[in-house]
Amino acid sequence: MITKLLLATAMSVAFAGASSACDFKNDVPVKSLTAGFEAWKAVTDFMAKCGNFTAELDQEFRTKQPAAFAADPALYQIGGVANGTLVPLMNEGTIRPLDGLVEKYGQQLTPNQLIKVNGEIMAVAMMINTQHLMYREDILSDLGIDVPKTYDEVLAAAEKIKQAGVVDYPLGATYQTGWNLAQGFVNMYLGMGGEFFTPGNEPAIENEQGVAALEMMKKLTEYMDPEYLVSDSTYVQQQFQQGKIAMANLWASRAGAMDNPDESQVVGKVKMAGAPKAAVRAASTLWWDGIVIAKNASDEEAEAAFRVAMNGMTPEMVEANNDAAVWLIEGYEPGPLAQGVVETAQAGALAYPASSQMGLMHTALGNGVSDYLTGAKDAATTLRDIATAYTTSAREAGLIK
Amino acid sequence: MKYKTFAAFVGPSIFLMLLFIAAPLISVFFQSFYITQPVFETVEVETCTPGFPTQTCVTEQKTQPIIGEDGKVVTTVKYVGLESYRNVLEPDRAWAALSAFDFRALLTIDFWKALRFTLTFTLVTLPLVIGAGLLIAVVVNNASRLIRGPIIFVSLLPFIITPVIGALSIRWLFIGDGIMTAFLEWAFSQNISMFAQGWTIELLMMFYRVWHVAPFAFVVFYAGLQTVNQDTLESAIIDGASRWERLRYVIIPHLMPLIVFISLIHLMDSYRVFEEIVGFSSQAHRISLQWLTYDFLTPDDSGNRSISRASASAMLTMIGIVVLLVPLLRKTWRDHKGGRV
Repeated sequence: MITKLLLATAMSVAFAGASSACDFKNDVPVKSLTAGFEAWKAVTDFMAKCGNFTAELDQEFRTKQPAAFAADPALYQIGGVANGTLVPLMNEGTIRPLDGLVEKYGQQLTPNQLIKVNGEIMAVAMMINTQHLMYREDILSDLGIDVPKTYDEVLAAAEKIKQAGVVDYPLGATYQTGWNLAQGFVNMYLGMGGEFFTPGNEPAIENEQGVAALEMMKKLTEYMDPEYLVSDSTYVQQQFQQGKIAMANLWASRAGAMDNPDESQVVGKVKMAGAPKAAVRAASTLWWDGIVIAKNASDEEAEAAFRVAMNGMTPEMVEANNDAAVWLIEGYEPGPLAQGVVETAQAGALAYPASSQMGLMHTALGNGVSDYLTGAKDAATTLRDIATAYTTSAREAGLIK
Repeated sequence: MKYKTFAAFVGPSIFLMLLFIAAPLISVFFQSFYITQPVFETVEVETCTPGFPTQTCVTEQKTQPIIGEDGKVVTTVKYVGLESYRNVLEPDRAWAALSAFDFRALLTIDFWKALRFTLTFTLVTLPLVIGAGLLIAVVVNNASRLIRGPIIFVSLLPFIITPVIGALSIRWLFIGDGIMTAFLEWAFSQNISMFAQGWTIELLMMFYRVWHVAPFAFVVFYAGLQTVNQDTLESAIIDGASRWERLRYVIIPHLMPLIVFISLIHLMDSYRVFEEIVGFSSQAHRISLQWLTYDFLTPDDSGNRSISRASASAMLTMIGIVVLLVPLLRKTWRDHKGGRV
């Protein structure tokens, strides 16, 4: 952590000299707290060109951000958020509406980037992320398999690949217990056409769609590395890079790594396609990443922070990092790596339904789904226990009377 | 020692213990009986998020906390008695499972699953740590002076490593096709997945804990061995006692207070097993009581955390440790009193 901080500081200091790449000279100290993946690195590097800027890139940002923004003055002026992590900041009212600042300094932003809640701009999005199908084109064409469009086709293809025995495991998946596994269920359940809650915030997952989602996940795991319950995004990415798997539903932000010659043995062989459909729609959720500005900061700081942030979202930044993400920023040329995201969105994938209740449900799912996959419980019991766990925490949180 | 001098020496430490141990403990104790909740309202909210190629806007009913005039979320505090304990222990389900002798069902309840693992882990590693520590100590004690230094240094290494780092390095040796797994696969020529089922992870975790803590037991025992009465040992040799008999009847009785001490420390430490769970990411198969508390405390994406259940679970962990320590403490107390009389 400290090394990361030092690195980030060193980077911002290094870039402070090159202020020519920023259209103003920032003299108010500005700090940001964001996730740590490639795209955030690119954006914060460009923010740093305005000077007086410290970036903190931390994959565990979600646990610190609410408290850091609730402090007065806030510990960071700029926050990096996504669908889910925007919720606690909105709930606690620790971020400010950006309409004025967007009007003054945000001319280059497209309407698609402005996250509006009740008409007020609360965040500015920079990229879209989603889990979509990545596949080894060489293997699929060798075996004469069409790119699967539905999960039944995925199973059929996996069976063929298994028979052919060309890779260790036909499928990979981010099924690590906890957040990742829950996300896998959310994708599949929404794909099956399920809904999570009744209007009174009671859980509504004990139904056919829930059972169908669990059963499909279990069928998929039969084609995976048996250690799937510890496999996170990085693990699946490496399985691809080392040629151990042929297909996986993986985050778009990992696509670039497949063609990185330093790490990957399969450069140019991994292609992108939309997330396969479950019963009703593409079994995936759309996520956006973007920035918010703290409320507990002076107007002067907020203005400086916003201008710095805008400098991270310029066409020049996109030009330098075109393939690091599926950018929403002007100047982005969708390359072949963006194909999966576009197809997933077109196949009707929903935005991740972030809310306070969903946060609790996600946790309950993350702790509960593995019991079905390991065979400790049957599907109905698993769903009932997850619903009970959700109800307990929702009652404790005050969401259910 | 004069009472005043005694008080001056002990005072600061008692003050710090009250401030940093007793006070938080009392606060956690009270928190486990109360629930703090935000006051929620349900309102219609229109949210616009990026889509491809244009934005999508949805209007839906959202439950959100009310923000007061001071800019903070309005909360209420409610006395709930033992409800948080009930939520952690789930006594109804546990009792139903117990009365049907269905232990599989009992072990699907988080708390009981965690308790089962924690107890097994603690009680299995205890004799292994003491045994391994004693073994290294005796071996080192009998080694020639020349190599004693290097041996002590090497056997202390595992203890110096930060627990999480140590756990992670063992994990990397075994996960997927890690070096050790690859070696085992080669040696037994079959596919091995150490992280695919619970019992192998549990074995790895115990192995790691013994590897990590045995050096501590070793150092303590080694120090103890230096004070063994040489006359007694020599007379035992003259009486024709074998090496094993000398260990059994002279050395171990001499080291008994140290063995009790190590047991106390080890029980307290390993009942709070946590690093192994995180390091081996074993949550799908094995969880511990301390991890359960941590999980209640960790905010999710939407910023929710269950302080009350975390407090209840922390209190239960403390009660568990006290119950485990009682037999040993009683023994020490008896010996202590006996020594005085």
